[in-house]
Amino acid sequence: MGMEGIGARVERKEDKRFITGKGRYTDDMVVPGMKHAHFVRSPHAHASIRNIDTSTAMKMPGVIGVLAGDELASDGIGSLICGWMIHSKDGSPMNMGDWRPLAQTKVRYVGDAVAVVVADTKAQARDAAEAVIVDYDVLPAVTEAVDALKDGAPLIHDNAPGNLIYDWEIGDSAAVDAAIAGAAHVTRLDLVNNRLVPNAMEPRAALGHYDEGEDHYTCWTTSQNPHVARLVMSAFYNVAPENKLRVIAPDVGGGFGSKIYIYPEEIVCLWASKKTGVPVKWVADRTESFLTDAHGRDHVTTIQMAFDADNKMLAVKADTIANLGAYMSLFSSVVPTFLHAILYSGQYVIPAIHCNMRTVYTNTAPVDAYRGAGRPETTFALERVVETAARELGISPAELRRKNYIREFPYQTPVILCYDSGNYEASLDAAMTAADYNGFPGRKAEAEARGMKRGIGMSSYIEACGIAPSAAVGSLGAGVGLWESAEVRVNAVGTIEVLTGSHSHGQGHETTFAQLVAQRFGVGIDSVSIVHGDTDKVQMGMGTYGSRSGAVGMSAVVKALDKVEAKAKKIAAHLMEADEADIVIEGGQVKVAGTDKALGWHEVSLNAYTAHNLPDGMEPGLKEGAFFDPTNFSFPAGCHICEVEVDPETGKTEIVQFVAADDFGNIINPMVVEGQVHGGVAQGIGQALLEGTHYDPETGQLLTASYMDYTMPRADDLPGYTVSNTVTPATTNPLGIKGCGEAGAIGAPPAVINAITDAIGNNDLAMPATPQRVWAALRSAQ
Amino acid sequence: MTTVSMTVNGRTVSGQCEDRTLLVQFIRENLGLTGTHVGCDTSQCGACVVHVDGKAVKSCTMLAAQANGSEVMTIEGLASGGDLHPVQAAFREHHGLQCGFCTPGMIMSAVDMINRYGGQLDEKTVRAELEGNICRCTGYHNIVKAILDAASKMGDGARVAAE
Ligand code: FES
Ligand code: FES
Repeated sequence: MGMEGIGARVERKEDKRFITGKGRYTDDMVVPGMKHAHFVRSPHAHASIRNIDTSTAMKMPGVIGVLAGDELASDGIGSLICGWMIHSKDGSPMNMGDWRPLAQTKVRYVGDAVAVVVADTKAQARDAAEAVIVDYDVLPAVTEAVDALKDGAPLIHDNAPGNLIYDWEIGDSAAVDAAIAGAAHVTRLDLVNNRLVPNAMEPRAALGHYDEGEDHYTCWTTSQNPHVARLVMSAFYNVAPENKLRVIAPDVGGGFGSKIYIYPEEIVCLWASKKTGVPVKWVADRTESFLTDAHGRDHVTTIQMAFDADNKMLAVKADTIANLGAYMSLFSSVVPTFLHAILYSGQYVIPAIHCNMRTVYTNTAPVDAYRGAGRPETTFALERVVETAARELGISPAELRRKNYIREFPYQTPVILCYDSGNYEASLDAAMTAADYNGFPGRKAEAEARGMKRGIGMSSYIEACGIAPSAAVGSLGAGVGLWESAEVRVNAVGTIEVLTGSHSHGQGHETTFAQLVAQRFGVGIDSVSIVHGDTDKVQMGMGTYGSRSGAVGMSAVVKALDKVEAKAKKIAAHLMEADEADIVIEGGQVKVAGTDKALGWHEVSLNAYTAHNLPDGMEPGLKEGAFFDPTNFSFPAGCHICEVEVDPETGKTEIVQFVAADDFGNIINPMVVEGQVHGGVAQGIGQALLEGTHYDPETGQLLTASYMDYTMPRADDLPGYTVSNTVTPATTNPLGIKGCGEAGAIGAPPAVINAITDAIGNNDLAMPATPQRVWAALRSAQ
Repeated sequence: MTTVSMTVNGRTVSGQCEDRTLLVQFIRENLGLTGTHVGCDTSQCGACVVHVDGKAVKSCTMLAAQANGSEVMTIEGLASGGDLHPVQAAFREHHGLQCGFCTPGMIMSAVDMINRYGGQLDEKTVRAELEGNICRCTGYHNIVKAILDAASKMGDGARVAAE
């Protein structure tokens, strides 16, 4: 490993601009003549629209235009779609309801966009939006998925009877039922995976600019995947053909899934720019973000796990209802199915698995992937039931897991996935050592002497990352391929640009992707620039989500580097009259092995462009592109241990230690990877202890729509983390990377709840485990 | 409309704004200093923290007019010449930022905290003092490390300099 190569703890190149206030986020963009948009949103969870009167608003100061849904529809702008087809078990396709960018006849959640005002200033747009009079006929609303399925529940979309989107299953139901019937022991839990609001610190924003002279649109937006945004806005929403639409995602202040999707606002800003003849910028305020960003989780699950007399797992049965909100967001259908149900083998040999999944419309914000996306829901159910089973069986949770771990790879689970590599016991051992697990009884006794309840809990999680290969996801219903692309451009002077479709919004690609080049050619990372986030610069990309930038995005870079290296060697061999096979590239030099003949890297690149002396028939230049489509998902896994102290007087939980031992395969920059774990764990602890999303069940109003009501984890709510890695390289990409972005959010919640339930001696504890809930659970256990 | 004047990062500036204009809007929109961010509507997130007359202030809680005649420092004014402020350097060294959106506010709060506590900061105090700054990316671990490291490097000298 060089100082800046693979495995080095390199400080981030992008930090300079962020720590000096020079980051460029969408709201920082200014285009000459730019005006401001404010959306008129439904104050009701469910209502018919009788009339929209914009006449007063049109006369307000500074107002340039007030536009509503009928006009948008007559201009041919399409409805928002879900890009992954799921069929119910009876073979029928999912019931996708119509989602207009601006509602025309009906609103279905509080925050549904109805009209847009464009004005000289933000304040004027907001003032005028107040003056748009929408005549609503308020309808009864339903916010909980379980209630939406009941007879007589308000019908949200006409084409989804009973509010059911699909009723889907996977696995062998008969085998599972038989195993449960004949089991020596069955543990059953009823669980709720609480709804969360992703809360990237940068609110969503869009700036649409229609250039009449060129008949061309530019959209700056807070996107994790600008190319997908362009594709979808062109192919499905008829905003503009791809060659007439440029999407730029500049610096983006966190995403966590919520910025994958294409929302109504970017479509409307582009369209409104053409209608009004001015560039139109919209920036969400925080409450708008709470109301309209896609939320995460919101599952209600019954899980059963069956054991034989030797405590070997026989079967898992999960029955889940998932709330998808008022409309089907872009990937909402796949999260509960192929990102959730097919993970029910966890790290264990389980001969029979069955999961039934019903997804449901409610009068709430759309629900889609949020950090972990489906896998946290599976892991929570599975790791809660394993820990509970250990308690019921009277054996240590570690031993129960050890006894059932998968030990031979590749391992084909009964639910599609085939794990390529792993060593689950190694991460369990590493975590137990780091946490001094065996010393826990002593610490518990000491805490008890102080009147405190101490508990310890663990989780052994697995996730499926990379989200690929394209042909496989296509056969499962995906509307897109899930490869990644890269282009490596060596300039004449030897500096290098890497163009990637993997957008960076905190992950540090500008550094870690450059490390790949430093490793390969021995050039400094300062002479490598990573270009991403602009559809005019990078030809195509699938974006950043599902911990795929390393496993898939970097692999595309590696493939392009292979091609550049091969060509550079040919040129160098020709120039030095040596055999191509003897050429080595290291330390910025291109050498003939075993001789003192060498050329500088820049001399080779210059020759590629002067083209005065190239091998016969070779094209000038040194620039190569590649697409990488992996052969399988990758499977990061690990063990998290949480130790808590609960104050029995107040029910307040303090996390006294949190240990994560993760297997992410090979690691490019340990500093960046640790940062990903810290952030993921913080979000996982947030889910377990603090974050709850509450809609009023009668009115459908979001009661937790600001930071005064929704508890974001603060520094003093969280512990320091002890993180370490074990390594089994992935076998399905050239770098052996598994992915690290989501692990923390997946592994942490069950570890925390397992620890608290251990401390209080009551298994019945909902997330977020607020002091009030913990106190009540403790009382009822006594 | 009102005319407000203030010193921002050592330069005297003035501008026209509506009475209701917040200091953060004046900084971002009138002055084009976009390093100061807006992350909420309720003065909780701290993305907008600047220094007004030497004290950390959430610039979304203050009208531009209220800052008339004040000395304001934003993140853009923290480094002197080409040299990063020790807190900026520590954030980079300890990977105390990911997406960078909370970072300007975090750094301005941290500088203020170190000014007030000097070398007396410990982890518990840093975490308590960060109550008004939300970060969704880092889990705070490395932010706390960075602030403690910067505080120890700046030591009591920081306190003296601020007084
Ligand atoms: S924008 Fe000022 S505290 Fe959030
Ligand atoms: S670094 Fe992204 S919010 Fe703090």
